[in-house]
Amino acid sequence: MAVLPVDVQGVSWPSEAQPVLRNLTWRIAGDGITAILGENGAGKSSLLRLVAGLMRPAGGTVTWGGATTPPAAIRWVAQQPQFLRASVATNLWFAALPLPGRWSAKRKRIAAVLERVGLAERANEPALRLSGGERQRLALARAWLAQPELLLLDEPTANLDPGATAAVERLIQEMRSSGIRIVMTTHHLAQAARLSDEVVFLADGEIAEQTPTRQFFAAPKSVAARRFIRSETPWWFRLPE
Amino acid sequence: MNHALEALSQALTLVVRWDETLASIVRLSLEVSGSALFFGALLGLPLGAVLGATQFRGRGLVVALLQSLLGVPSVVVGVVVFLLLSRAGPLGFLGWLYDPAGMVVAQTLLVAPLVAAITRQVVEGARERLAEELTMMRLGFAERLFALIYDCRFSLLLALFSGFARAASEVGAVMIVGGNIEGMTRVMTTAIALETAKGDLTLALALGIVLVGIVATIHLVASGLEALARRRAEG
Ligand SMILES: Nc1ncnc2c1ncn2[C@@H]1O[C@H](COP(=O)(O)OP(=O)(O)O)[C@@H](O)[C@H]1O
Ligand SMILES: [Mg+2]
Repeated sequence: MAVLPVDVQGVSWPSEAQPVLRNLTWRIAGDGITAILGENGAGKSSLLRLVAGLMRPAGGTVTWGGATTPPAAIRWVAQQPQFLRASVATNLWFAALPLPGRWSAKRKRIAAVLERVGLAERANEPALRLSGGERQRLALARAWLAQPELLLLDEPTANLDPGATAAVERLIQEMRSSGIRIVMTTHHLAQAARLSDEVVFLADGEIAEQTPTRQFFAAPKSVAARRFIRSETPWWFRLPE
Repeated sequence: MNHALEALSQALTLVVRWDETLASIVRLSLEVSGSALFFGALLGLPLGAVLGATQFRGRGLVVALLQSLLGVPSVVVGVVVFLLLSRAGPLGFLGWLYDPAGMVVAQTLLVAPLVAAITRQVVEGARERLAEELTMMRLGFAERLFALIYDCRFSLLLALFSGFARAASEVGAVMIVGGNIEGMTRVMTTAIALETAKGDLTLALALGIVLVGIVATIHLVASGLEALARRRAEG
């Protein structure tokens, strides 16, 4: 069952009367990385949950490849990922349970993914003992295990130090190279500039603009985006008028 | 005062010498309550886990009902099982009245709601924490249940020991259903009640010491194991 394109059609949430997201229409297709930018409380996380199928809209529809139920090949990484009270490897073992294939192959895949996120040496340690950066990498590993078509990342580097942030960003780029379509939220302008091919800017419950990343930073179209960029950059940074 | 001290010292002697009467009573107690724990867990664990892991209409009512079952006194459970197992009752043909089998049935009915209630509570906590993750992992119903139970395994261990303690320390149900027949259905709690009434404090005290010892040991071992395992799994 194909995931893409995801069509968000006239979606309102959490209610039509007092919407955080209002009559929002958006299509996720193609490839690469999309960064969703917007102020705190703009509805970025909520939009991701709607696309993940974790929540239903109050108005409008979300469809995945034309289907109205979310397909298996989507993964979502929460801003604060949760794990079972079990070892790193056991957490991945549970994530591998519903995946197709033989266990010999799954075990190899678990080992390979652990190696790629740099947690192979810590496979037998309790997942809950990991640091913030390691937790985020384990969450990426858990998602990567399924080699999803679409990966949704909610502020993947919030509260991480620069070193941990760089490690997570490298992994995101690797995952993108492995053919996974990625949509991530962030409020780091620089991160969006480094990673994304396209920016979706959320303001007032709507998509204020959807532009290729270079163009977004060179000449944002919407007033809201201009204001946002100005507030997030030093005084000497001048946007072209 | 003297009388009590004397009884205590005699009781301790009885325990240390591991008197044959005492031993047979303790053995039957452990067998009956152990079996009750087994069957109570067999019923209570899955019931509690499903209740904790799912959301459906009327779930609140079921949970409230379960919670209120915890408050039913053991004598009432005893009377109900007595009626079921008595010769004229629907299960009279089994011949389990005044028999250890009937006592196991009665204690199972005491253990199952306790195990179910604790299981429901801890599994529900895990569900609140993990629901979105498990959904995105695309786990099916059984896999989801398995993951939640696995997450709670240490707390569930404690639930099982609480269930055993409840069975081993209740008097009312085994008294009514078992009848406290010497050498057949006499367990620690009923023997304590009878011997005290007869004024023979020695055996009553000795059994009391053993009962408290068993329950305390189990709790200590269980909490120790739990703490150790939790430290290893949670860091
Ligand atoms: N379950 C919910 N029901 C109603 N409102 C919610 C719910 N969850 C979040 N909100 C509100 O929706 C708004 C957007 O939240 P969120 O999507 O987390 O924003 P962002 O991720 O952009 O910071 C916030 O004002 C928040 O209080
Ligand atoms: Mg958010």
